[in-house]
Amino acid sequence: MGSNKDNLNLGHHISRQFNEELEDIRNKVLQMGGIVEEQLGRAVKALVEGDTRLAKQVVKDDYRVNSLEVDIDEECTRIVARRQPAASDLRLVMAVIKTITDLERIGDEAKRVARMVQEELNGAMAEDVRHELEHMGNLVREMLRMVLDAFARLDVETAVRVVKSDNRVDVKYVSITRQLMTYMAQDPKSIPRVLNILWAARAMERMGDRCGNIAEYIFYLVHGRDIRHTEVDDAVVNIASDQGKRPA
Amino acid sequence: MNDSTQLSLESLAATESPPQPAFAREATVRVKGLNLFYDDVQALKDIQLDIPDRQVTAFIGPSGCGKSTLLRCFNRMNDLIDGCRVEGKILIAGKNINKKKVDVAELRRRVGMVFQKPNPFPKSVYENVAYGLRIQGINKRRVLDETVEWALRGAALWDEVKDRLQEPAFGLSGGQQQRLIIARAIAVQPQVILLDEPCSALDPISTLKVEELIHELKQQYTIIIVTHNMQQAARVSDRTAFMYLGELVEYGDTDQVFTNPVEKSTEDYITGRYG
Repeated sequence: MGSNKDNLNLGHHISRQFNEELEDIRNKVLQMGGIVEEQLGRAVKALVEGDTRLAKQVVKDDYRVNSLEVDIDEECTRIVARRQPAASDLRLVMAVIKTITDLERIGDEAKRVARMVQEELNGAMAEDVRHELEHMGNLVREMLRMVLDAFARLDVETAVRVVKSDNRVDVKYVSITRQLMTYMAQDPKSIPRVLNILWAARAMERMGDRCGNIAEYIFYLVHGRDIRHTEVDDAVVNIASDQGKRPA
Repeated sequence: MNDSTQLSLESLAATESPPQPAFAREATVRVKGLNLFYDDVQALKDIQLDIPDRQVTAFIGPSGCGKSTLLRCFNRMNDLIDGCRVEGKILIAGKNINKKKVDVAELRRRVGMVFQKPNPFPKSVYENVAYGLRIQGINKRRVLDETVEWALRGAALWDEVKDRLQEPAFGLSGGQQQRLIIARAIAVQPQVILLDEPCSALDPISTLKVEELIHELKQQYTIIIVTHNMQQAARVSDRTAFMYLGELVEYGDTDQVFTNPVEKSTEDYITGRYG
């Protein structure tokens, strides 16, 4: 486990052009991740501070994420058509194609949060809810930061931590939902507004899931094992026992 | 096939199953501790390998790694090379073919081989396919006709040549010639078919036809293919063996070898890296 960048040997093809192509899609994913991270940070800030101008900016900038997704997607298609990648190269291309889909969706969710802010908040949010949302937002931002870091360094240990930490976001979401339900019960007129906040929390919960997905792709990329829909701890144990069996 | 109109119904029925009596079809190939030397040079080093019956197994590896040498061991073609010495066992359907008393001509009937370049005999299409049967003393017109048609159908060539059976085989295209050679190989009902880079001299369309044929043939024969074309190995084979410097480095399910190889040298080779 740990960093496996050396094992993947991205830069040792006989074709130097192929090296460059693979390096390029990898860099672009990180670039896209950076933009999504920024979008998420601003969306959470706009939500917590009720900053509609910042929210507007987030909505406006979503196109940057989208255009990078299309760009990387095209490049991956080109690589598959021209190079017919195999083994770790194939896994990289597959992982990239899937990762950018999830990144783009995280961008969409950030935009959704920003839209909620634009529509109706206007200081209507109670202090305790604001605090909870900020905490949840920070959890998701941390997950995204970690998973991008894991992608850059092909660091499976960090990826596994991301998968596990999604649970904390889920718990937070349930807690916020409960809290918001009490507000709705107390004051039915507040329902439309509170629902907006609930959707925003829901969007952040989905972002956490998507970070977990990306972490699973990293596991696949490094170890060649698909751990979706399985217990991550089992997968880690299996890999460790397999590596024990392999000849030195 | 001059009386083909009379024969057509029977022939059609005959294509369902081979016209000759079937023998034990199970043809697992087991290689145990195989070493091969060209004089003092060791070309194969302690090869251990189980090749499953009625599947396609591909040998890949850089030039000079021993894959063709290993392939030629399965029908003792290396016997023809001076100074070549083989140690170890190769069991085909449980019988060690490296024993001295093995009838090599019979072995080569059971283990057919197709080479890189199509090598038809300077005879008609019909006679090329009938050749192996005639050597076996089969001269009955009806049996020959049926078998030729069956083999040509089996090699996915019948529809293209049924009206030119008496024309010289050299008149066929390269891809057709290669399928003719495969028809010639299966006419004598082998158990195992060895293909030594069968598509390297063919254009992409003919290559796909031969690959399609390989897929059909594996229902009945154990197929071992040596190829330099990695995509071809990935497409046609069930199992892949990677060889390097005379050693079998990795052997596993093709899906696994091409998505997640165990050995680094396999990974380097199939992804086009210098190790």
